[in-house]
Amino acid sequence: MKVLTTNFLKCSVKACDVSNDNFPLQYEGAKCQLVQNENIEFNPEFMLNILERVEWDAVVRVVSELGNAGLPTTKPELPADADQLSEEDIIILRDLHTLLIQTSITEGEMKCRNCGHIYFIKNSIPNLLLPPHLA
Amino acid sequence: MKEYLLYMAQVHLNFRRAELESLADLGGISLDFASYDPESPFWVVQLESDDQARALVKRSILTKAVFEYWGSGPDYESLHRDVQSRPGYDERRIRVAQDSFKFEFENYHGKHKRDMSEKIRIIDGFQYLGLEGTIDLKKPKQMYTIIEEYGRINSQETTDEPLRLRFGRHVQTSDRSAMDLLDLKKRPYCGTTSFEAELSLVTANIAQVKPGTLMYDPFAGTGSFLVAGGHYGALVVGSDIDGRMIRGKGANANISANFKKYGMEGRFLDVLTMDFTHNSLRTGLPIDTIVCDPPYGIRESIKILGARDPEKFEGKEKVMIDGRPSYLNRDYIPTKKPYSLDALLDDLLQFACERLPLGGRLAFWMPTANGENLETVIPLHGNLELKYHCTQEFNKWARRLLVYINRGPNYHGPTNTGVKRSSKAFRDHYFSNANR
Repeated sequence: MKVLTTNFLKCSVKACDVSNDNFPLQYEGAKCQLVQNENIEFNPEFMLNILERVEWDAVVRVVSELGNAGLPTTKPELPADADQLSEEDIIILRDLHTLLIQTSITEGEMKCRNCGHIYFIKNSIPNLLLPPHLA
Repeated sequence: MKEYLLYMAQVHLNFRRAELESLADLGGISLDFASYDPESPFWVVQLESDDQARALVKRSILTKAVFEYWGSGPDYESLHRDVQSRPGYDERRIRVAQDSFKFEFENYHGKHKRDMSEKIRIIDGFQYLGLEGTIDLKKPKQMYTIIEEYGRINSQETTDEPLRLRFGRHVQTSDRSAMDLLDLKKRPYCGTTSFEAELSLVTANIAQVKPGTLMYDPFAGTGSFLVAGGHYGALVVGSDIDGRMIRGKGANANISANFKKYGMEGRFLDVLTMDFTHNSLRTGLPIDTIVCDPPYGIRESIKILGARDPEKFEGKEKVMIDGRPSYLNRDYIPTKKPYSLDALLDDLLQFACERLPLGGRLAFWMPTANGENLETVIPLHGNLELKYHCTQEFNKWARRLLVYINRGPNYHGPTNTGVKRSSKAFRDHYFSNANR
């Protein structure tokens, strides 16, 4: 499961939708195995589009749980048009590409901050199914 | 405006117009379908420029190519007359007269293969064009194409001589070769429910999947639509309640291996083991396009999370294994219960109108009746405009592609959600028919 996906997943339990704590899920760094795939090609325009969909605070929070505290607290300001990217902008995007797209959690656990339910990531695939009493 | 000749594939005729119209809309091109003949592979359209023609056809699967239209006729003599008498002839000719070129022959319905001497004789007939560039068979700047249309005498035979000739300057080959590239036979991972390459690409085109946007398939299975969406440049994410399906058969035979083979790993986000009706994609995440083939109940029955018999599971959440509730075990497999297709599609429509941007498209397949009495009624939601329904016929059944556009809460279209639409389970009908 790519680190970017952590930014898209909330708790499956419907009752948690009324809470603000069902996103992002909580990742226990010590239990998460990370793998990097350097073969995934970098495309600045594609990254720009993806960043538009990202909730930055959640990225910062999850990434620090996974053991990287180096992210700026506010979302980098980048031009909307890929043609206007400066060299510095490209470096930022490349770093984010490495972090969000190239890095995957292959094994791990994620926990809802509201209900406490734990979901597993196995063989890089997160399992978001629920037992009957939570469904 | 100039005239362009579209040369289309003579397959999936029910889908061709929807594909062209969607690609035209995507490219901001206005196409007048008044002269469109759904049965013919040829269509002369008015477009502003070569660039527009390219934008229209570049992604098309059901079109073969587009040509700047120079003329047509029932025989070569009439063709030459038509080419030289059509308005704009000199302008068309002079603009490219110095470019390197070659001639190409296309053959519609004909079995007769012209040999080199015949071809040269025909090409010589075009000397009046005054093409002064060099002939370049490998990388010509211009390709002049003669399309010879033969007539069909019966299912086996065709006429010896062409009935109609069309001539033009090649502008753009379509994306039709992608169906070879993505052919299921050559795909590292696929299964019995994998959707074939051609119509999954057509589906992505009609759904207007755009580069750099997010596409979601809530019933991803082996990921056929994810591949099609990735092919058109979207970041794709899928989910399926059946974890075995999306897991595949090891690192070299799973959905991610497919993306690797096609060189588009960067567009594959993830597949999630998830029940669509208990969705974990966060509220507020903009999903630009939803494309899927929901379970019909033929090869795969429709299941969602929950106990079929809740009493049996009462108190089970208190069962402990190694000091931890059993349902929090890494290998715990939750129970599932049956669900109806109508209810599932209602959920899908509701999800689409909550998550898609205004103008965003939902495209999915569902079974229909094949001349029998069983009706599956097309589901309708007040906020979604039903833009297309295109039917694909099989021997014993048929299915249709439904494409909706999210028009938002002020649209107030017809609705039939929340009611029981189909009276009999499709699965029963399918098997009772097949066993007859």
